[in-house]
Amino acid sequence: MILSLRMAWRNLWRHKRRTWLTALAMIFSNVLLVFMISLQFGSYDMMINNTLQAFSGHIQVQHPGYNDNPKLRQSIPAVVPLAVELRSTLPGAHIAARGAAFALVSSDQRSLGIQIIGVEPDHEPWVSTLPGLVREGRFLKDSLAAEIVIGRVLARNLKVSVGDELTLLGSGRDGSFAAGVVTVTGIFDSGSGDLDRSLAEVPLRYFQETFAMRDHGHSVVVAVDEIDTVPTAFAAVSHEIQDKPDLTALDWNQLQPGLKQAIQADMSSAWFMYGLLIILVAFSVLNTQLMSVLERTREFGVITALGVKPRKLASLVILETALMALLGLVIGVAIGWMVAAYLNTVGFHYPGMEQMAEKFNLPDRVYPSVTFFSMILGPGVVFLFSLLAAVYPSLRLFRLQPVEAMRAV
Amino acid sequence: MSSRLHAALPVPAMMRLAWRNLWRNHRRTLIMLLAIAIGVWAMIFMTALMRGMVDEMISDGIESLPGYVQIHHADFRDDPSIQNSLQAPGHELLSALGNTVVAGWTSRVRVPAMISSEKDSRGVTLLGVDPAGEIAVGFDLTNMVAGRFLDGPTDKGLVIGRKLLERLETRLGKRVVVMSQDPNNNVADRGFRIVGVYKATLEGQEERFVYGGRSNIQSLLKMGSQVSEIAITGHDYRAVDELLASIRQARPPGSEVLPWMELEGYLYSMMVMMDGFVLVWIIVIFVALSFGLINTLMMAIFERIREIGLMQALGMRPTSILYLVLLESLLLLALGLLIGNILAVGSILSLRGGIDLSAVAKGMEMFGAGSTLYPALKLGDLATANVVVIVLGLLTSLLPAWRASRYSPVEAITKI
Repeated sequence: MILSLRMAWRNLWRHKRRTWLTALAMIFSNVLLVFMISLQFGSYDMMINNTLQAFSGHIQVQHPGYNDNPKLRQSIPAVVPLAVELRSTLPGAHIAARGAAFALVSSDQRSLGIQIIGVEPDHEPWVSTLPGLVREGRFLKDSLAAEIVIGRVLARNLKVSVGDELTLLGSGRDGSFAAGVVTVTGIFDSGSGDLDRSLAEVPLRYFQETFAMRDHGHSVVVAVDEIDTVPTAFAAVSHEIQDKPDLTALDWNQLQPGLKQAIQADMSSAWFMYGLLIILVAFSVLNTQLMSVLERTREFGVITALGVKPRKLASLVILETALMALLGLVIGVAIGWMVAAYLNTVGFHYPGMEQMAEKFNLPDRVYPSVTFFSMILGPGVVFLFSLLAAVYPSLRLFRLQPVEAMRAV
Repeated sequence: MSSRLHAALPVPAMMRLAWRNLWRNHRRTLIMLLAIAIGVWAMIFMTALMRGMVDEMISDGIESLPGYVQIHHADFRDDPSIQNSLQAPGHELLSALGNTVVAGWTSRVRVPAMISSEKDSRGVTLLGVDPAGEIAVGFDLTNMVAGRFLDGPTDKGLVIGRKLLERLETRLGKRVVVMSQDPNNNVADRGFRIVGVYKATLEGQEERFVYGGRSNIQSLLKMGSQVSEIAITGHDYRAVDELLASIRQARPPGSEVLPWMELEGYLYSMMVMMDGFVLVWIIVIFVALSFGLINTLMMAIFERIREIGLMQALGMRPTSILYLVLLESLLLLALGLLIGNILAVGSILSLRGGIDLSAVAKGMEMFGAGSTLYPALKLGDLATANVVVIVLGLLTSLLPAWRASRYSPVEAITKI
């Protein structure tokens, strides 16, 4: 083994320039892949975290059918006790009950139709980042107070500031007329146009009274610290509510189907491109290895005549390819890792990115994810395809006729 | 013999020589040819896919609603309310709108409103429109899935999106109540009959925009003949400068004229990014190819060192050898380009019907794109790919060609 390793290494350097050129092709694509993949993973993580942490949480318990068709009537009874119960089931997670309704909100000068969310003032800050983003005034405190927290764009459109009064008009759960007067206590600025324009939060009990909900609500939101723990938390929540047919648990993928699909769409188009790049590198390897086999026909003829099995020669060619690919992998990953690690500390930004970033709940700098997986995934595939490309040249060795081969020029 | 070689070979002979050299090792040439063809295909095909997506996004995004250029009250963007309205276009503006750079224009009322059925209510954007003008700026009548579009500015009916109809659990022909406010902050509400249902590429649009007759909405909101915005389309969304200038000249006092690039920043940044992406992608693929190209040429030269030395000894000039190698490279590149172009155009044509992406429709909607992708082959992109491959390909081949021409004859001949 050591002997063939040494032989393969020496063979590789018989044509220094050719080996380096082929390795350079690998290094080029490996650096590119490491950079792109770590950037992708980094922005996916941020996209998921920012979107889920802003409002929807990782898991929600709802009335079956509410997610597809969010109607006031599709509510869950005793929503606060349910939240308390789930808190004891999942001590590590953050849990809060909510209600939601559409209403016309009017200030002295303006009227707009928006979504009103009833939240538990004590628990909401743990499942959503909005309470922490209140830039003027304060978040809700008392669960029965006639208070409201609105987004910055909404405040601007309604021409109101902290302390002003707003009138809510809508319909209650029983079809009755729902109306209330609330005071603006806080204005949040989340940076996401949609949330800032069309969302307002009031205390849950005030919400239940105004919209004739009795003790009903629309969802219990569960937020966990690590996204990897969602499946276990989800199983625990599902188990807890399994004997209640009017409740269903949804994970973030069901709550925000666009998020995972956007990632999938982006991922598949990216891999289509990476695939093409990798195939081109494989062609380079195929050509190099085929040439290196053909030019050694005579040498291989002599070796087989001496009794060495073609299998042994074929594995020598594969070994040479593996060494070359390893060289490309090590250097490629090293450079790629340096680039990614640097950008991981300073962030990556290109002009015009703000607009796109806002659309996907990203900050205007993305930080590549530097993990073993994100570093090795692309180069690993390049390595594999390089070995595959060496299969054809090495198979040719089995057809070698020693006598003829020895006569070859 | 010596003098003929000395005086540089005539072009046809060089050509023949290069062509034969190319096929001395047919396996190597075929592999390289295949790699070039795949590379060229990848350049053109991928570009057409991305272009198709972004073109569709932009035309969907700007043509029907914002237009290429929009006029509204200077404060409207900050505070899109009924107070910030415009007078109906006056004489001067009308003559500018008659200019040939204008493809179509329309003026509309645009206010936030609440719409309620017996079952549910939703916040929407109510548009009071003149149907003829909407069609002129790009409203596509084939998007009507039920009922009819409005038949004039005085139409008392309402046209809503398919998704909104579903959300409100109502039907064509049913009545809904629309609530908004008039310029004096009084709540204005009126019952409307749903006369038509439209579909849009994005579900978000179907949920958001509700169309009513302009005069009818103006009377509901007690705003006289005022409008919220005037949307104007031209002939090419990339070139709006002339259109913008001619409208700006005639704009009414207190109004603001903006191109779609400023109104729809996301779409504009997508367009700019796509233009950059096309070039980066073509160059990345080329670089991946170039290593193989140099390698192939170097190997071909290495095998022929003796022959090259002999030719030089017989009086062939180094420049002729340089040309010969470049010619071989040119033939290889041209052949690869030919195959690659045929493959690319063929595969794009075969996907004319569109690629179904409904499995990730919700994700595409997040990007602002529809769920069917139509590849768009742009002559400019095709040309870029071909020029990059030929020009950079020849530049890359200069290195091995130059080295080949620099061998000293004696050294080369004695080399094994």
